Amino acid sequence: MTPSAADLIRVLPEIIWCGFGVLLMLLQPFLKNRQGLTLFAMVGAAAGTLATYFGQMGSGFFGLVQFDTYSLFFHWLVGLVAFLVILASDSYLERENLAPAEFYALILFATAGMGVLASAQELLTAFIGLEMSSISSYVLAGYRRDSVKSSESAVKYFLLGSFATAFFLYGIALVYGASGSTNLMQIASADPGSNLLRLGLALILVGLGFKVAAAPFQVWTPDVYEGAPTPVTALFAAGPKAATFALLLRIFTTIHAATDFWFWAFWILAVVTMFVGNLGALVQTNVKRMLAYSSIAHAGYTLVAFAAVTTMKLDPETGAAPAYAAVLFYLLGYSLVKVGAFTIVSEIGGQGERYLTLDDFAGLGTRQPLAAAAMTLFLLSLLGMPITAGFFGKFYVFKAAINSKLIWLVVLMTINTAIGAYYYLRVIVVMYMREHKGDVPADAATSLSPTAAMVVAVVALATLYLGLLPNHVLGIVLSQDLILSAR
Amino acid sequence: MSGVLVIFFVLAALAVFGAVSLILQSHPIHSALSLILVMVSLAGLYLLMGAEFIAAVQIIVYGGAVMVLFVFVIMLLNAGVEERTNFSKLATFGGIPLALALGGIIAAAIARSSGNLPPPAASGAMTSTRELSKLLFSEFVYPFELTSFLILVAILGAIVLAQREN
Repeated sequence: MTPSAADLIRVLPEIIWCGFGVLLMLLQPFLKNRQGLTLFAMVGAAAGTLATYFGQMGSGFFGLVQFDTYSLFFHWLVGLVAFLVILASDSYLERENLAPAEFYALILFATAGMGVLASAQELLTAFIGLEMSSISSYVLAGYRRDSVKSSESAVKYFLLGSFATAFFLYGIALVYGASGSTNLMQIASADPGSNLLRLGLALILVGLGFKVAAAPFQVWTPDVYEGAPTPVTALFAAGPKAATFALLLRIFTTIHAATDFWFWAFWILAVVTMFVGNLGALVQTNVKRMLAYSSIAHAGYTLVAFAAVTTMKLDPETGAAPAYAAVLFYLLGYSLVKVGAFTIVSEIGGQGERYLTLDDFAGLGTRQPLAAAAMTLFLLSLLGMPITAGFFGKFYVFKAAINSKLIWLVVLMTINTAIGAYYYLRVIVVMYMREHKGDVPADAATSLSPTAAMVVAVVALATLYLGLLPNHVLGIVLSQDLILSAR
Repeated sequence: MSGVLVIFFVLAALAVFGAVSLILQSHPIHSALSLILVMVSLAGLYLLMGAEFIAAVQIIVYGGAVMVLFVFVIMLLNAGVEERTNFSKLATFGGIPLALALGGIIAAAIARSSGNLPPPAASGAMTSTRELSKLLFSEFVYPFELTSFLILVAILGAIVLAQREN
């Protein structure tokens, strides 16, 4: 039995991403030109993203894959992130003298895995997607083989990641035992009171909680993010995180047994994650590490919206629509901004990523006014200031939480935003108001490379667009079609 | 107690014994041999459940090929007795109680719901290799094909991390 053409077109993005990954590996002996490979990989990332245009809505492959507006949104998100990360990697790979072909191939394979995650309607398919993205990530984290930190990052990520995967897989096994199926639709009709089902869902939550860096499963995050090559860190902070949240939301909304059972889990995870991320970031002097903690904190904010989904689902009038919209909008704004911020950090870091401390950012406002201005914009967006994407992201999360009467969660989130203000604004103050101690090192970057500047410009424009005119994207994430398909 | 149940408990006890021994042994070769015990007992358990294909694959691939590679690598690296660091003590005092607690929770949940479990999806159908392959190439063809990319990624990763600097 061969799959129908419509089914194949539904997974066309994954096919294209994987195909370009294979082609890159085949081209590598013939095409020595780095820019050529970069361009080729970017074409691949873009082609896969645009291929979503041809897909028909509906489920394919015997209900294993769901192609709907929801998965379309996340395909666009991970495709865009891959495109930007590949563009940002070009100058990085040249500077660090790393082989480009395998690097891009791994990014494309990881993106295909994320695409699978975003559209999986069945847990085994989701597992394969998760592993495709994870195994590529482990290797990418250790791509700078001459650096001890990079190797440490890869080993840590690999060991702890495999451990988390084991939890996820065991959870799937128990859910299968309780419901007799791995398909979300069939699991949804299983007895919601079953202890086995709940235990399985709890273990799945642990496994996925690790991948999105929710506390207390976040221990790996700062070391892995710090040690990985910075463009890879940008990818980690954006792509896999968003795709895993997509799967989490799909499981969570399809299986009703999870709804009430996961509410307190999300509540507690959200609070712990916000505090661990923000308090951890306070004491960091390394900007890359600080952004790693900040991405933990942002996972916490996203989980607040998840908790809101739980309670709003019970509301017959609105349903959980505003909470879904908050999650999607938040993830979009957050992912793009993280890519931009890490790209700037990558450029400032210089060869061997040596200039990453706050002191190295001192006086950046006069040395590199444009980079400093963009970094300021991104940090303000992460903080949630108006006219940036982060403002509306946080605003909708707040609104969803208030509508769900999660007052304590709102209070704790406000406290955390205030803590966040300290370390985000500190970087801005250092950039503009402090002089560089001693002479600026001769090999420090004097300007952004053209490719990195392009990425930063795109992200900056997107940040302002989402911050000034959120209604267009909000209209998409609030569309009835999306909400229905997310159920 | 029926004969099948006796065999089950013997195999289960062997598997658990092997797994614990795998962690406690301080020499890598002993750990590897313990792992073989785990693999073989698991294969026996699969056979007991009527999954003869999985049992055979378990023996051939895991018990055979993978373990031979493990042992080769250990010998090539000439790995000696492992060193215990101070962190291992934390693992002893913090890890063991937590692991026992997790095991207890899982066991309790399974014990409490063992009465009202649904019967296996297609009782008997899963047993034969023919049925399994039918499933793999019809309903589950998508994840099955994706697995080949997963393996490709793993190979690519191994090459990237192991190749010489040029």
